[in-house]
Amino acid sequence: METPSVWLILTDAPVLWLVLTIAVYMAAGWLNQRCGRTPLLHPVVVSLSVIILVLKLSQVSYDTYIEGAAFLKFLMGPAIVALAIPLYDNLARVRDLLLPLLVGCVSGALIAALSAVGVAWALGAGNVTLLSLAPKSVTSPIAIGVADQIGGAGSLAAGLVLITGALGCLIAPLLFRWLKINDPAVRGFTLGVSAHAMGTAFAFEYGAVAGAFSGLAMGLTGAFTAFVLPWLMLMLGVTAG
Amino acid sequence: MLGGLLAILFCQLLGEILVLSLDIPVPGAVVGMLLLLIALMVQGEVATGLRTAGEGLLKYLPLMLVPSGVGLMVHLELIARDWLAIVLALVLSTVVTFVVTALLMERLKKPEERVK
Repeated sequence: METPSVWLILTDAPVLWLVLTIAVYMAAGWLNQRCGRTPLLHPVVVSLSVIILVLKLSQVSYDTYIEGAAFLKFLMGPAIVALAIPLYDNLARVRDLLLPLLVGCVSGALIAALSAVGVAWALGAGNVTLLSLAPKSVTSPIAIGVADQIGGAGSLAAGLVLITGALGCLIAPLLFRWLKINDPAVRGFTLGVSAHAMGTAFAFEYGAVAGAFSGLAMGLTGAFTAFVLPWLMLMLGVTAG
Repeated sequence: MLGGLLAILFCQLLGEILVLSLDIPVPGAVVGMLLLLIALMVQGEVATGLRTAGEGLLKYLPLMLVPSGVGLMVHLELIARDWLAIVLALVLSTVVTFVVTALLMERLKKPEERVK
């Protein structure tokens, strides 16, 4: 196939990757809506699969892509800060539930990391994989930082985080029904602990209270994991060396 | 709204500075979130501009995750080698975490029902 030279010029323009990302995401959102919002076709998972395919087919490296898409990645920081707003709106509820929130966050974070590492270790996964799996339940900016710090691969961790998020959204409606969990605060918190920002985005569908608690859970779990995971992996003797 | 965005970015900046100067392994944005929460508690209300900016950002949180996710493509070989372990670890651990957290929260929030 004759590659038009315009394509070559365009692949040099970082804005192309920004345009591609937003356009694919919008299309994925539309598709998801058409399919009754099934978490099987989560817009984020669909988008990243399509974009990886496009990049592979056009032989464009991730470094080139991220040059353009870094703008979106940057916005993640301010968005995390903005989670303080729904949290503030639901402060009274947070105060009532302070003890269960702390216990739920600590045990959820530990179970998430230990069970993932345990299962993968039993199945013979390498140490880099284990160290990238460990932070898979926390929001990607934290997971990337933690994985790099303990000797895993940050970008692998980012991907595993997203798959975890999609899984969490997928099983959420089933498990809530099965466990008879109807309290939006508990629903949101559980989603935030086990499925980070994607769980939080999903929790907003159960209302603002669920969204706020999910954001809180995501923040608490992320902070706790960032502090504890490096020690935990050292204790378990899982190192990159 | 620009003022709101500035307030958010300023909290993040303070968070980043704190994290760097105290050498704590937590992302600056998470510290920034706590700082903004404290500021809101002190002030007692959310200014309209801040709410517009904040809710606008939160609406597109999933989109912001896409670029990091595309980073998976760098690790296709590693994934090909450990795929079974990765898939089972993710599925089992997500289900276990979910069930334990949900049941624990449900139990702890109503101690009076637990006594029965």
